[in-house]
Amino acid sequence: MNRILATAISEFRIAFRNRWVSIATGMMVLFALVLAAAGAAPTGDVGVDGLSVTVASLTSLAVYLVPLLALLMSFDAVAGEVERGTLPLLLTYPVSRLQILLGKLLAHLVILALAVTLGYGSAALLAVWSDAEAIRGLGSLWRLIWSSVLLGATFLGAGYALSALARRPSGAAGFTIALWLVAVVLYDLALLALIVSDGGGAFTTQALPVALLANPADAFRVFNLSAAEAVAVAGGIGGAAGAIPLWQSAASLFLWPLAAIALAVTAFRKVTP
Amino acid sequence: MTPTLKISRLTKRFGEVEALKAVSLTLEAGRRAALLGHNGAGKSTLMKIVLGLIRYDGGDVTVCGVAPGSPAARAQVAYLPENVAFHPALTGEEQLRHYLAMRGESPKQAMALLARVGLEKAARRRIGTYSKGMRQRVGLAQTLIGRPRLLVLDEPTSGLDPVSRRDFYDLLDGLSAEGTAILLSSHVLTEVEARTDRILILSGGELVAEGTLADLRGRAALPISFLVRAAHAHAPSLTAAFPDAVAGGDGLLRLSCAQAEKLPLLARIAALASDVADLDVIPPSLEDIYSHFSRRDGQ
Repeated sequence: MNRILATAISEFRIAFRNRWVSIATGMMVLFALVLAAAGAAPTGDVGVDGLSVTVASLTSLAVYLVPLLALLMSFDAVAGEVERGTLPLLLTYPVSRLQILLGKLLAHLVILALAVTLGYGSAALLAVWSDAEAIRGLGSLWRLIWSSVLLGATFLGAGYALSALARRPSGAAGFTIALWLVAVVLYDLALLALIVSDGGGAFTTQALPVALLANPADAFRVFNLSAAEAVAVAGGIGGAAGAIPLWQSAASLFLWPLAAIALAVTAFRKVTP
Repeated sequence: MTPTLKISRLTKRFGEVEALKAVSLTLEAGRRAALLGHNGAGKSTLMKIVLGLIRYDGGDVTVCGVAPGSPAARAQVAYLPENVAFHPALTGEEQLRHYLAMRGESPKQAMALLARVGLEKAARRRIGTYSKGMRQRVGLAQTLIGRPRLLVLDEPTSGLDPVSRRDFYDLLDGLSAEGTAILLSSHVLTEVEARTDRILILSGGELVAEGTLADLRGRAALPISFLVRAAHAHAPSLTAAFPDAVAGGDGLLRLSCAQAEKLPLLARIAALASDVADLDVIPPSLEDIYSHFSRRDGQ
């Protein structure tokens, strides 16, 4: 445990000095405030509090931004150590590769949690400031925060795995951008195309829920929208959220980080210094 | 007592290339061995196998009685890689605190360790601003954590100035006196000569020679050189007395002989003392001995 903690402290220091903490936080706050300002208009018509509407918009934002931040922080984790030449010495220490990865994960999760809490928090402050009733939506804000951290953990793990497979930072950067495009952009576009061509047939009723649960980003979106019962204000893929029981999207949200970390450790064990 | 490091008939292949061919060596507690060899002779490969960083194909290796790379072995072995590197954003003190925690030691020892290698003034500066010699000292400091039983040092003095080198070997003397076994590689043969108990010469993946410097000197049986300076106007009579001698442009006569003929030759020169102004006897250098062994198989 001490080894994991010591690794996390060093990693946090490195991320802080490389401006990652301020970049991540700044990005989240900026986007969240823009969204909150833009999303403030429709309140009153839909019968829910302002904060819940903000959370619904923030969910759509987080689906893109949280995986991106996680991948940006993680792609260098193993490949960077290989390139700097710091890995051989580290691996002669009495510390396991799992402990090294868990230490990095802990530091990156703390940064991510800080960024989303400050980002969403500032949007929430704006919502409560314009409508005191919005305080009722605090529960969905809290849910959005911890589920964002879980979503981030999944993509951090995936980033470490790609970093270990690529062994060079430039290659790892390419892999992670490709993963981001496929997992959060192309996957949904493909699903939308299938729904449109299917016209409410077997794909939409049978395969779509499974496809949504199989992608951590979609599971995150479905979970937050259905938990907040905000399906009505969400468009696109989010509209399907009502068809999936809450426990299923929650299970996907909790299982994905474990799978991603297991993958990362397996890939890291194959790296010969 | 079991030796700290025991390697028997170790073989390692990288595809078609045999990097190590049936290498055997034993290193007892408190002994210092120097590994010599050209680039690509297999020194770093041997060290990485001892550290458990890479697997081997044949033979046996035990480190402190256990398999190399096992948690028990890693807890007792310290390593200094060639061209050691650290994260440039951390300070020397932070980096050492990190390594102390990795060995389960108190991070509070960081400053004392940095002071032992003369880095206490730069401890709070980022490693990115350090010179190569300073990074090397951080590397040395981390090998001193927690009384390791085996030190594996790959070119440890590269980048150090002569004074730091001497300090470094003083540190090693202290460690070996406390029972730490030391395996180091070096290109600077003269410092190895004075500061190690045993010399191992690797060539093309084979251990071609092993022993103390005196052993190797005897086995190589390289000729001894004499440099004779003739007294004023006596050069012709000296040349006549030693027809085998080679006259250099500098007015020196060069003679060489086998180890066993050293004293008779010296006696012959002494007999002509009135013709001789000065005399130097030059034994084969460590470089000569090293070249003799490492080029034996036609390199």
